[in-house]
Amino acid sequence: MNFDFSEDEKLVRDQTARLLADRCDSKAVREVLEGRAPYARAVWQGLCEMGLPGTAIPEAYGGVEAGYLTLCLVAQALGAAVAPTPFSSSVYLVAEAVRLFGTEAQKQSLLPKLADGSCIGALAVTEGRTEPDLNALACQVRAGRVSGNKFAVADGGIADVLLVAAGGDSGAGLYLVSTDAAGVTRSRLETVDPTRDTVSVAFSDAAAELLGDTGGQGAAQLARLYDRAAVLFAFEQIGGAQSALDMAVGYARERFAFGRPIGSFQGLKHMMADMYVALKLAESNCYYAAWALATDAPELPLAAATARVSATQAYQLCSRDNIQVHGGMGFTWEFDCHLYYRRSNYLALQLGGLSVWENKLVNALPSAA
Amino acid sequence: MDFNDTPAEAAFRAEARAWIQANAPRQLFEALSSSTFGGLNTGGEDPMQAAKSWQKKKADAGWACLLWPQEYGGRGATPIQSVIWNQEEGVYGKLGGTFIIGQGMCGPTMMAYASEEQKRRYLPKIASGEEIWCQLFSEPHGGSDLAGLRTRAEKDGDEWVINGQKIWTSGAQHSDYGILITRTDPTVAKHKGLTMFFLDMRSPGVDIRPIKQVNGQSGFNEVYFDNVRIPDAQRLGAVGDGWRVSLTTLMNERLAIGGGITTGFPDIHELVSSLPIDRDTAISDPAVRSKLADWYCKAAGLRNTASRAISALSRGETPGPENSIGKLVAGGMMQDIAKFAMDLQGFGAVVNDPALSEGAARFQAMLLRSPAVRIEGGTDQILRNIIAERVLGLPEDMRADKGLPFNRIPTGN
Ligand SMILES: Cc1cc2nc3c(=O)[nH]c(=O)nc-3n(C[C@H](O)[C@H](O)[C@H](O)COP(=O)(O)OP(=O)(O)OC[C@H]3O[C@@H](n4cnc5c(N)ncnc54)[C@H](O)[C@@H]3O)c2cc1C
Repeated sequence: MNFDFSEDEKLVRDQTARLLADRCDSKAVREVLEGRAPYARAVWQGLCEMGLPGTAIPEAYGGVEAGYLTLCLVAQALGAAVAPTPFSSSVYLVAEAVRLFGTEAQKQSLLPKLADGSCIGALAVTEGRTEPDLNALACQVRAGRVSGNKFAVADGGIADVLLVAAGGDSGAGLYLVSTDAAGVTRSRLETVDPTRDTVSVAFSDAAAELLGDTGGQGAAQLARLYDRAAVLFAFEQIGGAQSALDMAVGYARERFAFGRPIGSFQGLKHMMADMYVALKLAESNCYYAAWALATDAPELPLAAATARVSATQAYQLCSRDNIQVHGGMGFTWEFDCHLYYRRSNYLALQLGGLSVWENKLVNALPSAA
Repeated sequence: MDFNDTPAEAAFRAEARAWIQANAPRQLFEALSSSTFGGLNTGGEDPMQAAKSWQKKKADAGWACLLWPQEYGGRGATPIQSVIWNQEEGVYGKLGGTFIIGQGMCGPTMMAYASEEQKRRYLPKIASGEEIWCQLFSEPHGGSDLAGLRTRAEKDGDEWVINGQKIWTSGAQHSDYGILITRTDPTVAKHKGLTMFFLDMRSPGVDIRPIKQVNGQSGFNEVYFDNVRIPDAQRLGAVGDGWRVSLTTLMNERLAIGGGITTGFPDIHELVSSLPIDRDTAISDPAVRSKLADWYCKAAGLRNTASRAISALSRGETPGPENSIGKLVAGGMMQDIAKFAMDLQGFGAVVNDPALSEGAARFQAMLLRSPAVRIEGGTDQILRNIIAERVLGLPEDMRADKGLPFNRIPTGN
């Protein structure tokens, strides 16, 4: 038994954090927030130069094969910096789906480009204002052509390839669609977190290629993909939660009211202690889930849902109460509190919201009856 | 990172399991399994006798206080081996409750501050359960503010004379020895004038009076000291250094209490998996599922946090104040679970009778014992202060007693 990351894994995390400290400061995030750039290109380039999108991709397909534990720590560093990059969409979702379900030819053609970042992927599932029903998708594929609309596609505006959940002859499947194909129209959307590029996509008879060689597997594939990605998303969430907590603690030490630092008031102290507790529980659940992910353990569905639910709770709590600690300053555009508040609520819904994951968690519990 | 046993760990587990299979008091399995929170069930057997005989058997075979060195009655085992043992001991571990204070808090304090001769005399009997110890810290005027304690110790030749009162002393009525913190100098700041001792609980002048608790039991006591004499050789640490000594005890207390902590999750999971509501089982209800998921996250989070602490311990790091979270999370959670479980059962759940209530009245027992979890060994508020100040580094509370000599601190009465 050993419940910690290795020195090598931590080294990659520290290198990633250094790159982000260098290139992904608040100013870089705000370039995207305020609409001057669709994503932080210099950050993405730096990540690609370090080979990080290929962290968990096998060497045979152009990755560095450093494993999922390392990827978890990279995710944590990205979350801590609220990095405005398509990393999660391209790496945790699309590259992962291609690696898991793609044909040999698809892996050979796509994985090397996803690993070096020359190709960006995004996953398109949501179609409207309810959680999607995979048995009744509006997007349909007929004879290799997809038609229909997708709503709220994360990183869809900067993606080169979309992985689209669509109905086919034998049920829902996942289809690869190039964003420069004829019949693909993307429109940028306003969201609660403008630091993430988000679009709607209209498909009209656009060329679509089934991922893998058997149709109708979409529901099972997405479930498996989400269980794996949930662990990585959870690491981004605890990274962000830690930053929000650090920011709150830092401010509470400096700011004075009634002749004393506000951090000496128990109302705030106890609030921050509760933020710490939520984060610590989530972090420990993430560690366990990282192990389950890296070893493809049978415990993964339960471990992933546990990490995901507790990380969502922790990030939402920490980002919300960080604003509270800052008082009026916390509600200004100028202070960074809202970056965490926005991202925590964006990440909370991507892959399905809290109730979806609570439900999965209970489904995965070993029977007690 | 690896959550599986190494071959050496697997071999250790097999050895522990085999020994337990051959030696555990299996006639108690059923009764122990239906023990409720705060209510040890040993069938018809006398609980103290049952506890002592299992403890002695373990000690004789080298399965008591695994982390302690062999010469003091332990096994010299690693932290991970000790966790493996606890997992294997399972339900029989419930028999160890009586010894937690001695083994978890008094023993480590003796280990750190007693003489070699005293360690060899006292520690093995703590390990074997032959002698029971209690912790005489809290007083009517020194609970959260422990350093506000007033029990005096005055030097008289080679002895100290003790006068005053302790309160909330768990197990004092069954104890052979206790560790005692006293005030030896009221003219200096409150943390500076304290001194620690251990004493024979049968010393002349010790008067123990059980206190009836909310749940009807009398686990804790008042202990009065009337000119009780303690040899100077039983002083732990230097005169005036009692506060530092007490921190050893309290840090171990948090580890002891926070380790394999009870949260109530398995009980609520079992209940909602079988209880019918609206012609379906409760677990099908989305509101129930949401709460269950939340509680599972907390229980798993505590388990995984404990695992990380064990790893840190194995690397030689000392457990820090971050271990305060165990009791803080579990106490409130158990109280919530008890209320929720009773709410699902409706008005009938007011009945608190092991023969009539669900699960031998386990949720009623939790309801009535859980408030104490949020107080004993540091209240929820004190634990939040500790996390805020010592983990997060927030500024100290404003204190009205800062820098004042103890005898000039306002007392409110
Ligand atoms: C079941 C049980 C067993 C126990 N066993 C033992 C034992 O074996 N040995 C022993 O020595 N003691 C024991 N105790 C005592 C226990 O450690 C104290 O009760 C506890 O530390 C609280 O002290 P108090 O009761 O004086 O409450 P107080 O300190 O008077 O607290 C009253 C309230 O004030 C709050 N408060 C106090 N100070 C602060 C502050 N600075 N900031 C915010 N809030 C504050 C508390 O949180 C609490 O809500 C036991 C208690 C219980 C309930």
